[in-house]
Amino acid sequence: MSTQAAFVADGLGKRYGAKWALRDCSLEIPRGSVAALVGPNGAGKTTLLHLAIGLSKPTTGDVQVLGRSPRDEAATVLPRVGFVAQDHPLYRALTVGETLRVGRKLNPSWTDDLAFQRLERLGIPLGQKVGTLSGGQQAQVALTLALAKQPELLLLDEPVASLDPLARREFLESVMEVVAERELTVVLSSHIVADLERVCDFLVILSQAQTQLVGPIEEVVSSHRLLTGPRTDPATVARIHRVIRESHTERQTTLLVQANGHVYDSCWELHEVDLEEIVLAYLGHRGERVAA
Amino acid sequence: MIEFHLDARSGVPTYLQLVQQVRQAIRLGILFPGDQLPTVKDVVGSLAINPNTVLKAYRELDLEGLVEGRRGIGTFVSGQAPPPPPDGLKELRSSLVRWVGRARAAGLDDENMAALYFDTVRPPTISKVA
Repeated sequence: MSTQAAFVADGLGKRYGAKWALRDCSLEIPRGSVAALVGPNGAGKTTLLHLAIGLSKPTTGDVQVLGRSPRDEAATVLPRVGFVAQDHPLYRALTVGETLRVGRKLNPSWTDDLAFQRLERLGIPLGQKVGTLSGGQQAQVALTLALAKQPELLLLDEPVASLDPLARREFLESVMEVVAERELTVVLSSHIVADLERVCDFLVILSQAQTQLVGPIEEVVSSHRLLTGPRTDPATVARIHRVIRESHTERQTTLLVQANGHVYDSCWELHEVDLEEIVLAYLGHRGERVAA
Repeated sequence: MIEFHLDARSGVPTYLQLVQQVRQAIRLGILFPGDQLPTVKDVVGSLAINPNTVLKAYRELDLEGLVEGRRGIGTFVSGQAPPPPPDGLKELRSSLVRWVGRARAAGLDDENMAALYFDTVRPPTISKVA
């Protein structure tokens, strides 16, 4: 396994009762990436993140973060991983200052300076009760707690889903500032694709408990094409390229493909597709096959 | 110093938008040789974009010879960057403004005007091929 990877899953699966929350997941996220974990609710995003920090135990396969097992080597690896859970849960009755004190007690690599400076810059008063802060401020406090341990890997579970557009933007700006300052790998799950194209450079699409696509966003965008042409059986195209989505009218066929090299066949007209359309194609991939 | 802005719907890749804005600022005489570009941290902190996108844009400008990175200090408009435009620019702009007014009065919309512009500036050999 590559030492360059910050996050490695190998045949990873998690079953709750009869239902697989994540199945046969193999992927490598390179160090220094800002990776987007995209998929509908219930696709297995949170399960994957919980497995990554050892909160749950794999049913099958193996997961490693920063080259180590988060369960077997928890004491060495977890101090180097920052995690912000969905809806950034905090103790609402504590003040911001008290929350930082808890963080200091619980984390060996804690840096007070970083935490206090961040909150001061954001104008979040230390004396205020966490429960009375706005959603955006609570998210920033949760992020500050995760950053003050100076993690090498930062995992964010739906960090902006509950925030208004302004707070969402400010949160992502904060994360990008940290990435600009030092070596940090970020994995963030989201179902809002629009923000991700700006922020992320690596993509993992999860749907129905399985990975559908893994790769650098630049490659993903450059390798996918929309083909339109006279109505045909897509089987010939499918022999060379991976057909993600097909639709047909009486006269026309439209295919979204992951191209394996160039598409030479001149009967197809080629169009570029943006990231959002690619993601949607993968999410609708199963089930919806043929349109009218 | 300039401030970048992004058009998410333009279809132009983000790094290229940054490159174009620097080129444009140099062309219009907003940036001069020796001027500093915003730091990567400033850009990502105001646009919420990936730092590598900014680095890629600055690298591209560096390859074009328009800017040069000084390690640990920042990125600056290079001495080889084309000189600021001649004084005639103002006059050209105002005659263009008058032309746009006439074109609108003649019933041309923005798209018609752009088509006319590109058709006029494009070398004749290429326009035949197209």
